[in-house]
Amino acid sequence: MPHVEFAPALTRHVPCPPQSVEAATLREALAKSFEAAPQMRNYVLDEQGAVRKHVAVFINAQMIADRVRLDVPLGKSDKVMVIQALTGG
Amino acid sequence: MANPTIWVGTRKGLFAVKRGASGWKLGAPHFAGEPVSQFARDASTGACYAALRLGHFGVKLWKSDSGDGEWKEVAAPAFPPKPTEGEWADDPAAWTVDMVWGLEAAAGTLWAGCTPAGLFKSTDGAASWQLVDKLWLRPERKEWLGGGYDIPGIHSIAVDPRDARHVTIAISCGGVWQTRDGGDTWANTSRGMTAEFMPPERRDDGNIQDVHRIVQCAAQPEVLWAQNHAGIYRSVDGGSQWHRIPAPQPTDFGFAVAVHPRDPETAWFVPAHSDAQRIPVDGRMVATRTRDGGMSFETLAEGLPSRDAYHLVYRHGLSVGADGNTLAMGSTTGGLWASEDAGQSWQCLSRDLPPIAVVRVD
Repeated sequence: MPHVEFAPALTRHVPCPPQSVEAATLREALAKSFEAAPQMRNYVLDEQGAVRKHVAVFINAQMIADRVRLDVPLGKSDKVMVIQALTGG
Repeated sequence: MANPTIWVGTRKGLFAVKRGASGWKLGAPHFAGEPVSQFARDASTGACYAALRLGHFGVKLWKSDSGDGEWKEVAAPAFPPKPTEGEWADDPAAWTVDMVWGLEAAAGTLWAGCTPAGLFKSTDGAASWQLVDKLWLRPERKEWLGGGYDIPGIHSIAVDPRDARHVTIAISCGGVWQTRDGGDTWANTSRGMTAEFMPPERRDDGNIQDVHRIVQCAAQPEVLWAQNHAGIYRSVDGGSQWHRIPAPQPTDFGFAVAVHPRDPETAWFVPAHSDAQRIPVDGRMVATRTRDGGMSFETLAEGLPSRDAYHLVYRHGLSVGADGNTLAMGSTTGGLWASEDAGQSWQCLSRDLPPIAVVRVD
């Protein structure tokens, strides 16, 4: 199962442990991981479902380029990491 | 006021400045390090609300049942999904809340004005929010301009104490709007205002006025005061007609206005040099006060820096308490002053705070 982890910059606001989730796409993986911490959704995504502009999402250490189209296929061993981008703020 | 509190929302936290027997005490901030864009207290329940604008993670709203106790995160205003077809599919505005710019609690309803210029209401203590779509979907919104921020926003919300369904809002830059049915229908009520910075053909257009701030007299709600980008205005008929007030000394440019809760003739302002120089005239910080409805003004300087001062008091940086005597004033460069004699004299509480977005005397 894909592994999803949120950086401490996020978990200091909303505690959420690293987890493995049943998911075929990045969108599904994020949605499943938000089930453990529902408030995390609004920290990572805006109300239109896009990744916030000062948040960065990596799949296997490669940052995703499209903040809107999150239907990126995930393999069973893929690792998703969500961090606070070093912008704005 | 017995033991008043000055709530101070800053770029780096929310301070509850309390008046005790030995004077004002600043104390440590709530939300240390986080940007607080607005604060409101529901007088009927005592609940306090703080709106945060996290640089990375969006707008958040926190609530405390008493202000002294524990804060918990509650729902923040949020837009519904942006339409993918129809008139608004190509709306250039992002349907994402960037900042809570105005926040008022009255008669069991919480109102939030935002950038972009969406108005939201909550009737369950911020457990949920509804976009006031009858305002958001008005075609006039396409004409609104940014003012203060790149995108238009709602900064002032005045709820009529006689009828909570009657709400007056102001938009930079979209003029003054009113509803008398809780938000189902709206009318622009900016007649008499002039925007000198606009092309001549549009200067009297109510839909583009840059109203920096409006306030309503609690005891006589038909009296409204406005500090506009272009001058000071007053209405004595609930906003049907606005009257330009002759410019006081040193200027009539500024952002903030406060009105006495019982005397509609008395209002306070904090003048800046001009649009092009948003600093005190000659480095001398003053407030101004009228006690005769704007026919004359006094310059209030006692206790304020008399030289080398470059403070700007923004839209929500001036507040008067329910007694009409206790005032607070906070600047974008972190100066905080209080007055306990209706502005006649001021005491500096700090010159070292983060940029101040909002003060509320409670």
